[in-house]
Amino acid sequence: MFADLSDRQWLWCAAGLYTAGLLFGTVSLVRGGRTSGTLIYATILAGYLLQFIGLGIRGRAEGGCPLGNQFEIFQFTAWSAITLYLVVGVTFRSSVLGYFTSCLGAALTLLSLSMPAWDAVRRSHIFGGNPWLEFHASLAIFSYGVFGLLALTAALFLLRHYSLKSKHLGGWFSFLPSIRDLDHIEVRLLGTGVALLTLALVFGAVYWARDTAAVGHVKLAATVAVWVVSFAAFALRAAGRLLARGFAWTCLAIFAAALLSLRSVDESRHPQPAQVQVRSGP
Amino acid sequence: MSESCLFVIGATHHTAPIGVREKLALGSESGFRQDLAGVSGLTEIAVLNTCNRIEFYGVGVDEGAADAVQAAYCARQRFDPAEFERIRVRLTGRDAALHLFEVASGLDSQLLGENEIFGQVKEAYAAAQSCGTTGAVLNRVFQKAFQAAKHVRTQTGISSGQVSVANVAVELATNIFGSLAGMRILVLGTGEIGEAAARAFRSRGAADLAVAGRRANRAAEVAGALGASTVLFDERDSRLADYDIVVCSTAAPAAVLGRSAIASAMRRRPARPLLLIDMAVPRDVEPEAAGLQNVFLYNLDDLARIAEENRSAREAEIARCRAILAHRADGLWRHVRPRLMAMAHPGPALAQPDPDPAGQAASP
Repeated sequence: MFADLSDRQWLWCAAGLYTAGLLFGTVSLVRGGRTSGTLIYATILAGYLLQFIGLGIRGRAEGGCPLGNQFEIFQFTAWSAITLYLVVGVTFRSSVLGYFTSCLGAALTLLSLSMPAWDAVRRSHIFGGNPWLEFHASLAIFSYGVFGLLALTAALFLLRHYSLKSKHLGGWFSFLPSIRDLDHIEVRLLGTGVALLTLALVFGAVYWARDTAAVGHVKLAATVAVWVVSFAAFALRAAGRLLARGFAWTCLAIFAAALLSLRSVDESRHPQPAQVQVRSGP
Repeated sequence: MSESCLFVIGATHHTAPIGVREKLALGSESGFRQDLAGVSGLTEIAVLNTCNRIEFYGVGVDEGAADAVQAAYCARQRFDPAEFERIRVRLTGRDAALHLFEVASGLDSQLLGENEIFGQVKEAYAAAQSCGTTGAVLNRVFQKAFQAAKHVRTQTGISSGQVSVANVAVELATNIFGSLAGMRILVLGTGEIGEAAARAFRSRGAADLAVAGRRANRAAEVAGALGASTVLFDERDSRLADYDIVVCSTAAPAAVLGRSAIASAMRRRPARPLLLIDMAVPRDVEPEAAGLQNVFLYNLDDLARIAEENRSAREAEIARCRAILAHRADGLWRHVRPRLMAMAHPGPALAQPDPDPAGQAASP
């Protein structure tokens, strides 16, 4: 029975599980109880495995990392963010982070699935059999996933900061981690994201130096801008010049910029669509 | 056919003021258990003896066993039985089980939702077990009480938020710093309220405390009591950057920490938050300091308001907790009642207790 499911059906199931995690958390919070970290973690893990299967089917069909259109880039970004959450989320000991991660996973996967146009054109063998280019692309999108988790942590920081400054500590706010822990996590995630993106750009630069015409100017400008902003934010934070709320808002802006840059990344793909499919089904 | 009886009998802070509870406190539980060994018809017994309650949870062949326990207790304490009848709580069957559920959950506590009672109930059960005075019924009732208490504490807000000013200050610090281990705390002033807050910080793992007072000898005295070091009061501004938490409780007529001094300290430690807890009236910290980045300033009114909000939030959860516990007590009773009916014939007498098993002293 499961063998008959298409890649998109697996991805719909994954999106459903991320949404279920979001609903579990919301219902718990509305009822005034604690969110069950184990339940949310298990739900996200199940969704992650289904998403892995869906993306794996696509990857096999395309002969490489499934980054052939905007739909796949969004799916891969969500998958990357959740990969990191599953690895480091346990150490956060925060069910609220799991709740927000399921929120991010549900938002990115449902958005991409509900936009048929994003998946109408599908490119295969986009890396031309060049593993370094594929590594560059997957690393860059993975760093965007890290920025996604960073944005969630920054949102939690801003909520905690608001609760402390407005002197409201009860109710929903009581489930938030401490502001110092959130700040430390932000710094580490930003450092990780910058390192991964730097590495991705180094690999990309080698390829670009061989064939400068192969990369569109808009894509180049957009990705370099994301790197410059994220690196500057990290450097300013390390120097103690960008702190607290300002730093958190910058982290949110970095993820927004990363998402915005995805369109230019997708549009500058070479080679041009090798095969065009209008997908049907769910 | 008559059935055996699960009962609770005792007195609590609801009806017995502290003067009466002092007379009711059992000095030697082991001695009383030996008294109970002679009570006919009593098959199981557990004694919950805390500063706010003395309660006997038992199983007897009929309700007469509860009367016999009461008589033995009043005789040992030399307490007027008529007076005890006036203040006592006496429940049987499902209501007795529900009462234990509420006690273990902190719903029946003086400080609603407090956690200490859970440990005290566990100790009481362990003591009864070690004396061999629990059986199938009490074992099940207590185990279910622990499960129910854990459930309501995790699934409702009955235990969330601190309700004393000193503990609210500690809660604030954990919201900012997480663990208090490694935090440096400066206590400015030697007022009682500041000292209480410092003790609360110490009890939650803060190890590095310093005291600065306008009167150096009094500051040294307080520092000695707290196991803290001392700092010269006049050096408070220059040393401010060294501390993460500052508790102020001086009797100074004007602010002793100005905005400019705090801003200067923050320039030396911009990335580290600073928590200022101003418990003094008039206030010790200029209110304008609250606007500084990474500075969190709370005064006595703020702390009192948070404590009151927490208290109200707990009270708002009572009805929900009672409904959960009543549902669980009903479920338990459906299992226990057939067992009590099966025990309708006289059961084995209460085991002769060990002379002095561990954990018999009354809890504070």
